[in-house]
Amino acid sequence: MSQMATIAAATSKHQNTSHRKILILGATSGIAEATCRIWASQGAALFLVARNDEKLDAVAADLRARGASFVDTAVADLDDTDRHPALLAHAVNSLGGLDVAYLAHGVLGDQTQAEQDFNTAAHILHTNLMAPVSLITWLANFFVQRRSGTIAVLSSVAGDRGRKSNYVYGSSKAGLSAFLAGLRNRVDREGVTVLTIKPGPTKTAMTSGMKGSEKFADVNAVARSIVSAVDKRNDNLYVPFQWQPIMFVIRHIPERIFKKLNL
Amino acid sequence: MKLRVADGGQSNDKPSFESWGRYPTYAANVIPLHWQSDFPAVAQNLHNGILPVGLGRSYGDVCLLKDGNLLATPAMSRLISFDPESGLLTAEAGISLAQILDFAVPRGFFLPVTPGTKYVTLGGAIANDIHGKNHHVAGTFGRHVTQFELVRSDGTVIRCSPSENPEFYAMTIGGLGLTGLIRWATLQLKPIVSRLIDYEGIQFHGIDEFLALTEASKEIEYTVSWVDCTSTGKNFCRGIFMQGDHSNKRAALKPSPEPKLVFPFDAPGFALNSLSVASFNTVFFHKQMGKRQVSLQDYEPFFYPLDKVLHWNRMYGKSGLLQFQYVIPWNNAREGTVAILKEVAKSGLASFLAVLKAFGDVPSPGVMSFPRPGITLALDFPIKPDKSFPLFERLADMTLEFGGRLYPAKDAAMTAAQFQTFYPQWEQLARFRDPMITSSFWERVTGDQPNL
Repeated sequence: MSQMATIAAATSKHQNTSHRKILILGATSGIAEATCRIWASQGAALFLVARNDEKLDAVAADLRARGASFVDTAVADLDDTDRHPALLAHAVNSLGGLDVAYLAHGVLGDQTQAEQDFNTAAHILHTNLMAPVSLITWLANFFVQRRSGTIAVLSSVAGDRGRKSNYVYGSSKAGLSAFLAGLRNRVDREGVTVLTIKPGPTKTAMTSGMKGSEKFADVNAVARSIVSAVDKRNDNLYVPFQWQPIMFVIRHIPERIFKKLNL
Repeated sequence: MKLRVADGGQSNDKPSFESWGRYPTYAANVIPLHWQSDFPAVAQNLHNGILPVGLGRSYGDVCLLKDGNLLATPAMSRLISFDPESGLLTAEAGISLAQILDFAVPRGFFLPVTPGTKYVTLGGAIANDIHGKNHHVAGTFGRHVTQFELVRSDGTVIRCSPSENPEFYAMTIGGLGLTGLIRWATLQLKPIVSRLIDYEGIQFHGIDEFLALTEASKEIEYTVSWVDCTSTGKNFCRGIFMQGDHSNKRAALKPSPEPKLVFPFDAPGFALNSLSVASFNTVFFHKQMGKRQVSLQDYEPFFYPLDKVLHWNRMYGKSGLLQFQYVIPWNNAREGTVAILKEVAKSGLASFLAVLKAFGDVPSPGVMSFPRPGITLALDFPIKPDKSFPLFERLADMTLEFGGRLYPAKDAAMTAAQFQTFYPQWEQLARFRDPMITSSFWERVTGDQPNL
């Protein structure tokens, strides 16, 4: 009997990694696409959401060829929070369930413009904070009912401490990280995993042309770490890992010194 | 219309894109393309010319454009379709051969032709019509590209295959990236049942033994030789003839591990000298104990021994290296190779891992393609301005005398006159060139200088 149970558990674990049902919001972002390639090669079922249908089709075709067991897509502007419940319901129905929700959409925004113009700042905060909060609220309640599931969210090291070079983007990510920490505290006991991912600067379309971008982290290495953190049901992930001690130091610099620095 | 203007102010900047030989180095504006639709959209507001580039593994200046705009394609690396029955793979042109192998090998497929590094893009492999150890049976890479899409800077999209726009197909294969941006391509992969290669290494002394081994191995898929070009006298033209076939015994088709070793810094200029290279060559020759050595080895060390160390070109120091690769047709191949090897040995300029191979007579579809039936030899030298360039010029002139030609992807020094004699068909390429696209190589060998 117990042997049967072991076999059943092993089988279900195998299914968990090979035919996992994964929803990706912002699937054409560089980090999301690299992550999806790994999941596709493992045979996962994927539902992709992005704004641009041409790019979405290109990513979907790639993931199908790489071995995803199922790929469906929806074009959506995730700033439109009113549409979120219908979109998420459609995704779950299309996949026939949901194991992992991966939020990867976001904008870097124009810091200089945001310093002068509230609407620019508000737009960054809306896309990077309000929209994810809307999505995650629905997803968390869905997963709590099922007493399982993982919500993996791309936040940023920039959210660990506000710096003059990108504090509007940073504050949107700080809000997001705090929201996720609180949510984890609520839903962990309900069997739901919340993973906060804090990538350092990574070589993607979002950062191309930025100063020093040739030294940024390799997107495929970042993706491998994310896949592994999802598998291990981690709470937090700094990637590459060096950012954990770096941000520890940055968080602990006394404010009277920090405010004079050019960071 | 002035397409190119000289902008002297930028030239002192640290170059943001280097070719593998790290000579010459030019400042340029690098623009990564992420999506097929990015081109020609990004090109609309650019001045000073553009050039599509891949991973920068060509050695000289075919992948450089001084003070111009380099459109970097490696982020365009998506698969578009794969048919596991026929082995036809369609992918965006920025995908690397390494990425293709990672996908294809576990599915029981391999590249139809591969160069000595897997870190080149699909588009770059077409643009330089690369060749490999199986040239004598498989021909060049372009022969296995069944179709591709070319986008011109004015937005025209040209589907190319042997039957559709065949003239653009023929000019783009080996066309050095000048005919437009290759957006995607379809490659015919070939089936394998194992990662392993049935390998045999055979020592030879002298060109005649090399030629006899070449003749005896016509049925073997992969053949290449390493030749010691530092030795003279009785050791002149000694080397190791390496041959292999894909093993036909079924074995696990696992993906390759990620490379871990990185050559960490630029070696000092004196590190490679005639003494250190001669010692290396002697050790390499005698590493193989005995005349023949047979083994079963993984395809990675067989095809890509140097890929294990990323940035191995740093070994040549900051000043870089100069490659020289010729092909001399059969009627002069023996005589020409002996004469050139003698000249190299006499010069005392170190070259290790000189690579010798016989090309076969499988024709390439590319008009500008480098390989032709005969013997090809590839050498590299550290750059010593007073010595390397005069030697290079002598070797290029000798190549010309013997009716051979040099390989643009490995060249940084041939003159316009030499190029135009090697490739009289260059004027045809000039007519098919996209008016916005050019390269420092093209400007050098056609005299098509920027308008000042």
